Amino acid sequence: MTSEFYRDRIIDYYRNPRNYGSIDDAEIKVHESNLLCGDDIELYIKLDEEKKVKDIKFKGRGCAISVASASIMTELLKGKKIDELLTFTKKELVDALGIETLGLNPSRIKCALLPYKALKIGVYNFLGKEIGEEKEYLLDYEAEESL
Amino acid sequence: MCPDQLDPEIIKRDFPIFKRRVYGKPLIYLDNAATTQRPRQVIEAILEFYENYNANVHRGVYRLSVEATEAFENARAKVAKFINAKDSEIVFTKNATEALNLVAYSWGLSNLKKGDRILLTEMEHHSNIVPWQIIAKYTGAVIDYIPFDEEGLLIKEEIDRLLNLGPKIVSITHASNVLGTINNVKEIVEKAHKVGAIAVVDAAQSVPHMPVDVKEIGCDFLAFSGHKALGPLGVGVLYGKRDLLEEMNPFLGGGDMISRVYLSSAEWNELPWKFEAGTSSVADVIGLGAAIDYLNSIGMDKVRAHEVKLTEYALKRLSEVPDIKIYGPRDLDKRGAVISFNLHTIHPHDLATILDEEGIAIRAGHHCAMPLMSKLGVAATARASFYIYNSESDIDALIEGIYKARRIFNL
Repeated sequence: MTSEFYRDRIIDYYRNPRNYGSIDDAEIKVHESNLLCGDDIELYIKLDEEKKVKDIKFKGRGCAISVASASIMTELLKGKKIDELLTFTKKELVDALGIETLGLNPSRIKCALLPYKALKIGVYNFLGKEIGEEKEYLLDYEAEESL
Repeated sequence: MCPDQLDPEIIKRDFPIFKRRVYGKPLIYLDNAATTQRPRQVIEAILEFYENYNANVHRGVYRLSVEATEAFENARAKVAKFINAKDSEIVFTKNATEALNLVAYSWGLSNLKKGDRILLTEMEHHSNIVPWQIIAKYTGAVIDYIPFDEEGLLIKEEIDRLLNLGPKIVSITHASNVLGTINNVKEIVEKAHKVGAIAVVDAAQSVPHMPVDVKEIGCDFLAFSGHKALGPLGVGVLYGKRDLLEEMNPFLGGGDMISRVYLSSAEWNELPWKFEAGTSSVADVIGLGAAIDYLNSIGMDKVRAHEVKLTEYALKRLSEVPDIKIYGPRDLDKRGAVISFNLHTIHPHDLATILDEEGIAIRAGHHCAMPLMSKLGVAATARASFYIYNSESDIDALIEGIYKARRIFNL
């Protein structure tokens, strides 16, 4: 049942988002929106010399699912190498959220994956720029690996 | 039961969908501004077409095609009578959006030039903004928007000021799909005509809910969708004054809209078929006719009275909820049965998900009115919208669901 994913944990992450804010000198800065509901997220990632996530923050407005998801994602990714951000999967995020995806309707799964989408766009664009790509990378969201 | 009031419980029996359960609970459908449910009579009319006289219209000389054509044109006559128009002034489209696009393209492309003004309002649905933006781009025309005040009412001085700029065309919503506001379109149309503008009314949220008379309003064009008025999905209506439709170019080209085609040119068919290229959604048009019969059997005055009563009750009950922000006018004469609201820090999508679990369907989002949302300073609202099968008990269930959401969010 749906209310199962509005567990205390999700509500807590929504009420007290972790890693909330911005990082001025972040290497990766992304602004992504969910067109369905108008929710949006700004994601900031500061890398160290070894291209590990030194700091990661997000801000924006969203529903409990998307804010909790962003909070949890930032917690998971702190200290990770950029390659690990590339291989980070939707399933890892959804599992960490602890929500029963089968019970969530597809429009709400999009809420949970908004931070993921921002992450992937940010990482691909960062890596693209490093090898001199000029084109902005737009993630083909639907074609990405399924859950 | 007072005979001049409709009984939603009796009406509900005509709607097969209310037999189903959602998560084991009865369906409480409060998203009527998006689309309504269909009564058995409409579903049966569609079924009867496909089972008994399925054929293309305006073509065959055989019996089935004659019957299909008769039923199709009979539905047009019903629509015409319903809004007090002539049959030849009723064009079937896919939906209200297509009807508005038809006006924007067919009238706008031929009549607007660089620097001309188009006047809209800040409370329009995207379907009455985006087509005009496209046409403005093609022609170099500019768009002005009439703002609304804190209650969600268009600001009178601004209407006058912007009309004084001399727009060529004014296109306004009769009833807002977000704020519920019912605009005084008759007055605005009159004023628009005084400055020489063509007046278009988006009646998607009014025709299903109240008596609408195009002659009384005096507009040049009026658009609505059948599926928001118990009809099937896929049929919209454009009303247009005959002389304007006559002088306009077709919107879409193809079969049925021509009288003669040569390799180098073509002559257009008579009205309204000039604007109905290709095979129409015949069964659905016939279904819309059945929907209009159904609404007429109740009476649009009764529909409106029922909705006013429900809206009054809903506004009263919702106002009692702590931390709620309700948008739109409080004056029941100035609003339809659409209520948008926000609940403190509970995001509308979370609220809609929690209500869904109770079998309650509401809308959450920007309601295809992003400029309006920006003006309200929110990304989204929750919206409950009522119709003839809704009762006070549905509103009680909504309120209970809202309290459940408050408990989940520890409010």
